[in-house]
Amino acid sequence: MASSAATREERTAYLFLAPGLALFALFVLIPVGAAFYLSFCRYDIIHSPNWIGLANYQRIGRDIASHGVFFLSLRNTAQYAIGTIPVGMALALGLALLVNAGLRGVSIYRTTYYLPVVTSLVAISMVWMWIYDPTYGLLNYALALVSRAASAATGHRLLISPQTWLANPTQAMPAIIAMSIWRGLGYNMVIYLAGLQGIPEHLHEAALIDGATRWQQFRAITWPLLKPATAFIFVISVIGASQVFAQVYVMTNGGPNNATTTIVHQIFQNAFSFMKMGYASAMAFVLFAIIFVLSLINLRLMRGGEVEYV
Amino acid sequence: MKLPITTRALLHLLLVAGAATMILPFLWMLSTSLKPEAEIFRFPPNWLPQVWKWANYTEAMNAAPFGRYFVNTVVYAAAITFSNLLLCSMAAYAFARLRFRGRSVLFILTLGTMMVPGQVTMVPVFILLKRWPLLGGNDWMGIGGHGLLNSYTGLILPGAVGAFGIFLLRQFFMTLPRDLEDAARIDGCSEAGIYWRIILPLSAPALATLGIFTFTAAWNEFLWPLLIMSKDSMKTLQIGLQVFQTQYTTRWDLLMAGTVVVTLPVLIIFLLGQRYFTRGIALSGMKG
Repeated sequence: MASSAATREERTAYLFLAPGLALFALFVLIPVGAAFYLSFCRYDIIHSPNWIGLANYQRIGRDIASHGVFFLSLRNTAQYAIGTIPVGMALALGLALLVNAGLRGVSIYRTTYYLPVVTSLVAISMVWMWIYDPTYGLLNYALALVSRAASAATGHRLLISPQTWLANPTQAMPAIIAMSIWRGLGYNMVIYLAGLQGIPEHLHEAALIDGATRWQQFRAITWPLLKPATAFIFVISVIGASQVFAQVYVMTNGGPNNATTTIVHQIFQNAFSFMKMGYASAMAFVLFAIIFVLSLINLRLMRGGEVEYV
Repeated sequence: MKLPITTRALLHLLLVAGAATMILPFLWMLSTSLKPEAEIFRFPPNWLPQVWKWANYTEAMNAAPFGRYFVNTVVYAAAITFSNLLLCSMAAYAFARLRFRGRSVLFILTLGTMMVPGQVTMVPVFILLKRWPLLGGNDWMGIGGHGLLNSYTGLILPGAVGAFGIFLLRQFFMTLPRDLEDAARIDGCSEAGIYWRIILPLSAPALATLGIFTFTAAWNEFLWPLLIMSKDSMKTLQIGLQVFQTQYTTRWDLLMAGTVVVTLPVLIIFLLGQRYFTRGIALSGMKG
């Protein structure tokens, strides 16, 4: 009796898991294996794959050594990560602390800051392209207003000339970074806010009685207890930054002069524009390895992050 | 503890300035979408249109089969949402409540699929869909036609289930009390019946959270439809927006009207179902 119930339970379990696991096998596990195989092949989708051993990986090595396009995409992706993550996290923490300071209208602020997060990255990238427009853009208008105000205040003629932003190789990546920080801020802020609301009030009260200043309270209570939130945001941001694509594709398509091409943009271009699917697969495994190593490092850094409130 | 009034005013000022920065691009998008073309190319720009040209919207919708893009996007997002809710909850129920051989191995394998970046599997999945046997004009070797490219099935199938959804629902199911199930089991209810009649109704909030997340993610998805849907009649809104950008000029008035149409449904969903968004973050992030 008991054993037949157990086998019935097992049968139900496998039946319930079958569709999901079959899809995982078909669209994740087998493709990972196939991609690994393709990364050792020359493949243009028309002719059948041609085994070329390590040639694709050697080509990546040579590209990196000679500062080729893939090297640039690695450098740009790193620049994007370094540009977005620390600033984005600091701003998000600052905002969360402000919103959590016991003011009225917390939910209105939270909603407003979260709006860009839910909207389509493609649509919002197009809006920012218009803001960054060199001739008619809102940002250059703002620069003109600032320089006029500065001139009026100082009595000297201070002119900030209009910038070309996305069309300028040194400004394009910072422009994409600024837009991405703007878009991701609300997400990080909401996570910090959840973390802050989980800190028991009595800890701060006790510190206050002991005569701790606000800064001391932040250093000794808030920041350490926010460590899980900080770690979570950091991990998510690192993985997200290493895969940055849509805003680059829409706003600059990697230009000008490869100044904004990223790893995923290179994978996409090589696979679907140049039909070098083997080379693209090798690049994808380099990306996989980068994400894997960064995740391991993050995991080590996160360890010991659990807190217990007494 | 109450802050002094001047400090509070200062904090509000900072927060309002930040909020304005968040909203300004949206307002600028709206304003541009209602300007006649002559007003777009004016420097310094007008904050509001001098002539409100609502016809931009009809013109934008006629510039491309936008109605068709809209239908495609709704079908895609709705189908992905439905299949994820069903398949993720089934798998999550098995992992949370049923005992079977290989449970922990299969669960770890499921979570492991989250480690694989989509860009790794992108090329083989594209080939798999193109070479899908016996469909889309293909023979049994997968040659001759376009397979599942430019089809709803090809767009939906690879994203029909997700490890994140399974994980999220499993976490939620494990918090449900077992008393009701045990009572139902004694009354002779099958496992499938317990899943359908007890677990799912009790999980409405978690299902709503996953549903809203999946729907907005699919609505905003860009890379996958870009690869799969090359035929004009099969494009989604996110891909369709590109018709206003040619190599030399961009019709900013029409493009901004298009972006309003693309962003509005998701903004409405967000404003109506806000608590599910924040709850989803709490469920996925902080309890892992």
